Amino acid sequence: MPTRRYGTGLAVAALAAGLGLAAPAMAQVKIAFIDPLSGAMAPIGEHGVKHFQYMIDKINAKGGVNGQKMELITFDNKLSPQETVIAAQKAIDAGARILTLGNGSGAAAAMIDFVNKHNDRNPGKEVVYLNYAAVDPAFTNDKCSYWHFRWDAHSDIKMQALTSYMKGKPGIKKVYLINQDYSFGHAVRKAANEMVKAKRPDVQIVGDELHPLAKITDFAPYVAKIKASGADSVITGNWGSDIALLLKAAADANLQVDWYTYYAGGAGGPTAIKQTGLKDRVFQITEGHANVNTPENHAWEQDFRKKSAGQGWWYPRVRNEMEMLAKAMNEAKSNNPKVFAEKLRGMKYKLIYGTEAYMRAEDHQFFQDMYISNLTPLAGDMKFDEENTGWGWRTAAKIPMGNTDVPTTCKMAKPS
Amino acid sequence: MLELVIFSTLNGVLYGMLLFLLASGLTLIFSMMGVLNFAHASFYMLGAYFGFQLSQWLNFWTALIVAPVLVGLIGAGVERWGLRTVHKWGHVAELLFTFGLAFVIEELVQMVWGKLPVDYRVPPLLDFPAFELFGTTYPAFRMFMLLISVAIFLVLLMVLTRSRIGLIIQAALSHPNMVAMLGHNVPKVFMLVFGCGCGLAAIAGVIAGPALVTQPSMAHVLGPILFVVVVFGGLGSLPGAFIASLLIGLIQTFAIAINYSLGDALASLGMARPLQGVLSDLWQVTVAQIGPVVPYLMLVLILVFRPTGLMGTRES
Repeated sequence: MPTRRYGTGLAVAALAAGLGLAAPAMAQVKIAFIDPLSGAMAPIGEHGVKHFQYMIDKINAKGGVNGQKMELITFDNKLSPQETVIAAQKAIDAGARILTLGNGSGAAAAMIDFVNKHNDRNPGKEVVYLNYAAVDPAFTNDKCSYWHFRWDAHSDIKMQALTSYMKGKPGIKKVYLINQDYSFGHAVRKAANEMVKAKRPDVQIVGDELHPLAKITDFAPYVAKIKASGADSVITGNWGSDIALLLKAAADANLQVDWYTYYAGGAGGPTAIKQTGLKDRVFQITEGHANVNTPENHAWEQDFRKKSAGQGWWYPRVRNEMEMLAKAMNEAKSNNPKVFAEKLRGMKYKLIYGTEAYMRAEDHQFFQDMYISNLTPLAGDMKFDEENTGWGWRTAAKIPMGNTDVPTTCKMAKPS
Repeated sequence: MLELVIFSTLNGVLYGMLLFLLASGLTLIFSMMGVLNFAHASFYMLGAYFGFQLSQWLNFWTALIVAPVLVGLIGAGVERWGLRTVHKWGHVAELLFTFGLAFVIEELVQMVWGKLPVDYRVPPLLDFPAFELFGTTYPAFRMFMLLISVAIFLVLLMVLTRSRIGLIIQAALSHPNMVAMLGHNVPKVFMLVFGCGCGLAAIAGVIAGPALVTQPSMAHVLGPILFVVVVFGGLGSLPGAFIASLLIGLIQTFAIAINYSLGDALASLGMARPLQGVLSDLWQVTVAQIGPVVPYLMLVLILVFRPTGLMGTRES
């Protein structure tokens, strides 16, 4: 069911009032947000909604796109590929031609298939899928599609960066892998196995675990196993409740290891990290974080936290996605995906952190500087903590865009 | 290795005891009324949410007492004004009634508390490590859960075997008509058992809520496994439910610790691992990955080889 948010309605109403109700029936550009809004992963989806609403409010305050306002409509896909396809169809029926989805590569794969088929069958009514978080490498390699654009670095890029960082840590002797049992978790596991062996042949992989996605409520048995393996480091791509509960169980058992993660910053993660006292021992690889030191970033973070009850700006990529989308639409002077998609391909974009990034035309993968950061008590020029713990993310290493440039096997079929 | 065995045992027993709190009520209700109560796990969820709400308003310890009583009263009410009326139309109607009730409760919970997991925390008094073994700590709250469930098991056993009401319940299980002839109010006994069963499930909910996650899908996750416990242990058999609960708890926990796959089995027999072909993935699947399916496999096998269950005396 499309659950139109009251917030959206209010914001639109307020805007309309502000404009003196100049255009009573002004058409809206609908952005359909499809992600889990119920179940274990719902907190992740809910926070995603706040990001998109914030961006849309900003874009609308600047005049919208081509004289039209953007409007967010949200759909709950319950993390299921089938529900995703149903939600996408509903979104299109409701008039949306821009779809965005992030969580769950299973859902994202279904979305890419759906969008490809839909666009083949409905020429003139093309829709576009903007992917802000699903990082299975296949989406910009073998399964690449002209109608799919990805703003997050894919799993292999992240693993490349993490393992390069681990290469410089001689203390690492035994590594444990624990991942979710679906396409993304498999991708992380495969990449970790290959890259750790290539870069650190001396390191032993003492565990290679797969567990069901978003089903486990008690990770204590897994933590006991990690402990028994004698690992000194854990690599995990877990996200949402799966990383928060894993860290919580580790905190309960006082498991002292280094964590190399993709998403330790999600809801509940920082609290558990502080509880175990893992100062400087939990690393995450992201495209940015609250304490990257530019005045623009600080101002952004401050403003967003004021509007979201203190929760931080998790997804710099949502900002990149929405600003580039608005730019492409305005430059193309069209809100038709078929026209503005051309503008997105190869688009250069200046990040809030001051450096430049771009959307690679061959595979529609966004390339940007990546940051490895660790959670540590606020000190020096660190301004923002997480979940009121007094601990915040501090950059441990910055990987310049040039070093993240992995080749692609994509053979993009351009629509006629 | 030893530490893995010790902690897996602790975790397994804990999970098993939680299952038992739920299964004990369910198995009595099942054997008495001949109906699988599909909504039983929903009362467990209600217990967790009531526990959460009451510990917000008052405190955890009050919630631990009050929430099960409330849920027990709701359970008794459901039996009195719901099931008893539906009973006239036979077992299928009763089954459908509880099936519908489970959905109604889940929907109500979502309406009141929302779809997101609620922030149900361990009470500060128990928020410390109970002991440390081989450098691993074990939370005090888990020890508390373990003690509570063992205590309840003992009380239940005493009541059922040593008290007058226990004897009447046991008699009503197998010969309800005879018990009624002797002048006992059998419908009232049914109501009592149903209410107490729901109350027990609610206690499990109150103590499991902070340790596991209190969310609307929690009933759904635990429901199917309960039926396995009840059928595996044997209808109406408390000791059977106890053994089955512990067995399933331990199997599920230990399965996670085992990395053995069919491929390894072949390798240890000196044969090559099949790495190609359609079924190549099958050989790589470890025991840890198939762990969640094992209880259902047990259910299928026990129904084939011993339809009365482990300790049961009759088939339905």
